[in-house]
Amino acid sequence: MGGFALDLAHLLAGGMVLVSFMLLYQNRMFGLLNVFALHAVVLTASVAWQAFIQQAPHLYVTAAIALVLKAIVIPLALRRMVVRLEIHRSIETVGGIGLTMLMGIALVALSMMVMLQAAADADPLAREDVALALSVILLGLLMMVTRYNAVSQIIGFMSLENGLILAAAGAKGMPLVVEISIAFSVLVAFIVIGVFLFRIRERFDSVDTHALDDYREGRQ
Amino acid sequence: MTSILALLPFRPVDAVIAVPALAAILLAALPGRRWSARLNVGASLLTFLMALTLLIERPPGGGLLFVDDLNVVFVVLGTFVGFTTSVFSASYIAHEIEIGRLTLGHLRFYHGMYQALAFAMNLGLLADNIGLMWVAVELATLTTVLMVGIYRTHDALEAAWKYFILGSVGIALALFGTILVYMAAQPAIGEGEKAMVWTVLVAEAAKFNPELLNVAFVFLMLGYGTKVGLAPLHAWLPDAHAEGPTPISAVLSGLLLNVALYALLRFKMLLAANPGTVAPGPLMATLGLLSLIFAGFMLYRRRDIKRLFAYSSIEHMGLVTFAFGMGGPLANFAGLLHMTMHSLTKSAIFFAVGQIAQAKGTQRLAEIRGLTQSHPMLGWSLVVGVAAIAGLPPLGIFMSEFLIVSSTFARHPLLAVPLVFGLIVAFGALVLRLSDVAFGEPEGRSEPVEASYLPMVAHLALVLTAGLWLPPPLVAWFQHVARMLG
Repeated sequence: MGGFALDLAHLLAGGMVLVSFMLLYQNRMFGLLNVFALHAVVLTASVAWQAFIQQAPHLYVTAAIALVLKAIVIPLALRRMVVRLEIHRSIETVGGIGLTMLMGIALVALSMMVMLQAAADADPLAREDVALALSVILLGLLMMVTRYNAVSQIIGFMSLENGLILAAAGAKGMPLVVEISIAFSVLVAFIVIGVFLFRIRERFDSVDTHALDDYREGRQ
Repeated sequence: MTSILALLPFRPVDAVIAVPALAAILLAALPGRRWSARLNVGASLLTFLMALTLLIERPPGGGLLFVDDLNVVFVVLGTFVGFTTSVFSASYIAHEIEIGRLTLGHLRFYHGMYQALAFAMNLGLLADNIGLMWVAVELATLTTVLMVGIYRTHDALEAAWKYFILGSVGIALALFGTILVYMAAQPAIGEGEKAMVWTVLVAEAAKFNPELLNVAFVFLMLGYGTKVGLAPLHAWLPDAHAEGPTPISAVLSGLLLNVALYALLRFKMLLAANPGTVAPGPLMATLGLLSLIFAGFMLYRRRDIKRLFAYSSIEHMGLVTFAFGMGGPLANFAGLLHMTMHSLTKSAIFFAVGQIAQAKGTQRLAEIRGLTQSHPMLGWSLVVGVAAIAGLPPLGIFMSEFLIVSSTFARHPLLAVPLVFGLIVAFGALVLRLSDVAFGEPEGRSEPVEASYLPMVAHLALVLTAGLWLPPPLVAWFQHVARMLG
C-alpha cells in the first residue's frame, strides 16, 4: 500500500498544479469559474486521500468544507454575480497568455528546486506534497498579478488558499487545519463577496480594478 | 499587590483577551451613541489595567497563552495606545457624526470592530502557539480592512480593496511559513499540538532541519513583513492610513505594525536557537534599510497629510527592523526603545492630524497653512510631534536613533553611511512640510474643534520625558529583553 498511497497522493497534488495552469489561460469568466470548481474538487479528493492514509478523521471535515463551499457554493454565487453585473465578457490579462504560462513553468521549477532540497530528509509524502503545494501557491500569486479584474483576482486568491490547505493537510498531524480552512472560507465568502463586490459595483459601475487605479491617478 | 491579584476570580492574562472580546460583542449588539463611546473607553482602560498587572505577576506556563519579558512590553504599550486612542476616538467620532460623515449604525459597527481589533492584537501577542498567532493576525487584518472602508467613498474602497488583497497575500505567505516550521519541528517534537507551541519550539529548535527553517523564514519574513509595511511590500500602508478614520490610522501605526514585527522577532529567535540556519539578521537589516531610504524619498512628494505620516511610519518601522536585524544587546535595546517611542509619537501625531483635518475640512497639505496662528494648541502640538518624529533632541526618538546609529558605526561602519543618509533625507522632508503647515499666514476654511487634547499631550509628554530621563528599572528591563533577542 505504501507505494500506491504515495503515488495517488502525488497524482492528486500534481493534478492541482495542472488545474492551476488551466486557470492561468482561461479568458472567459464562466470558464474560469468552472475550472476553479474543478480545482476545488481535486483539492477535496487530495485532502480526503490524506485523511485516509494518515488516518486523520478531522481532515475529512476540511475536505467536506472544500467540496461544499469552494466547489459548489462560491462558484455558484460568483456565477450569479457575474450574470447580474454583466461582466461575463472576456477577461483582460497583463501580458500575453504565453508569457504567463512560461512564468508559471519557471515558478513550478523554482518551487521544486527549493522545497525538494530543503525538505530532503522529511517524510517523502509530506515533501512532495509541500513542493507541489508551493507551486499551486505561486501560480495563484501569478494569477493575481496578471489579472485586472476583481473576480479573477478573488479566484486567484482562492486557488492560492487551496494550495495552503493542501500543504497543511500534507504536514502530518498538523493541528488547527480545520480551523484554518474555516477561517479562510469565512474570509473569502464573507468579506469578498458580501462586502466588496457589491459596493464596488454600487460606486464604480465596474469591477475592473484598473478603474480604481485610474481614479487615484486622476486625483494625485 | 500580588495578594490582591490572587483574590481576583480570573487570571489577568485571560482578562486582557476576554475584556475586548466581550466588549466587542456588547458594542456590536447594543445601539446608543454617547454611551457606546464611553463603554469603548472603559473597556480599553480595563484592558490596559489588566495588562499592567502582568508586569507584577506572570501566570504560570501551559495553556494557550503565555507571558514573557518580550511580549509583555508589546502588550502594555499596545493596550496603553489602545486606551488613549479610544479617548481620542470618542471626540473624533462625535464630530464625524455631527457633520454627517458617519451614521449611528456605523458607530455600532465601528466600536464593535475597535474592540475586536484590540482582542485580535492582544491574542496575537500573548498566544503560545504559532497557529493561533497566525489566526489572530488574520483577524486583526480583517477588522482593519472593514474599518478602512467605513466611509464608502471611492478612495476608501480602493484603499480597503488594496489592503485586503495585499494583506491576504501576506497572510497566506505567513501561513505557508508557519506550516513549514511545523514540518521542521514535527520529526523532533512529534505530531500534534505540541509542535506549534512557542515555548516548546524554542527549547527544541536546535534539533530542527535547518534548511526547512531557512525557507520557512523567507516566507514568514515576506508574509509578516507585508504587515510591518516593509518596502517593497508596503503599498497598502499609505492608502489604508489616509482613507480610514484617523483613530484607525493611529492604531495601525502605533499597534498593528508592532504586532507583525513581534511575530517576526519571535521567528528570528527561533532561527537563532538553531546553529545550522543562516542568520536572519542580514535579511531583516537589508529590507529595513531599503524601507528607510525609500520612504525618506517618498516623503517629499506627498500632498496628503495622512499619507505623509504613513510614509514616515514605513521609514521608522524600517529603522526598527534594521536595528533588530543588526542584533546584539545595544542595537536590540535601541530597536525596542525606538519602537516604543515611535508608537507613542506617531499616534500623538495622528491625534493632532485628525483634529486638524476636521478643523480645516481637508487633508491636502497645500490647503493647510499657519496652524500655529489659527489653532495654537493643535499647531504647536504638531510642531512638537514632528520635531520628535524627525529625531530632534531632546525628545525620545533622538536618543533611540542616536543609539542605532552609534551601534551601527561601532559594528558595521559602512552600513552607517546609507543609514544616516536615509535619516537625513527623511528629516529634510519633514521639516520642509512642517514649516509650510505650521507657520506662515493661516489660509482657507478653519473652524474651531471640540477636541480632547489629553491623549496627545500625554503621549508627547512621555516622549519628552523618555528623551530626558529613562527610569533605571525600564532600562534594566529593556537590556534584559535585548539580550534575550540575541
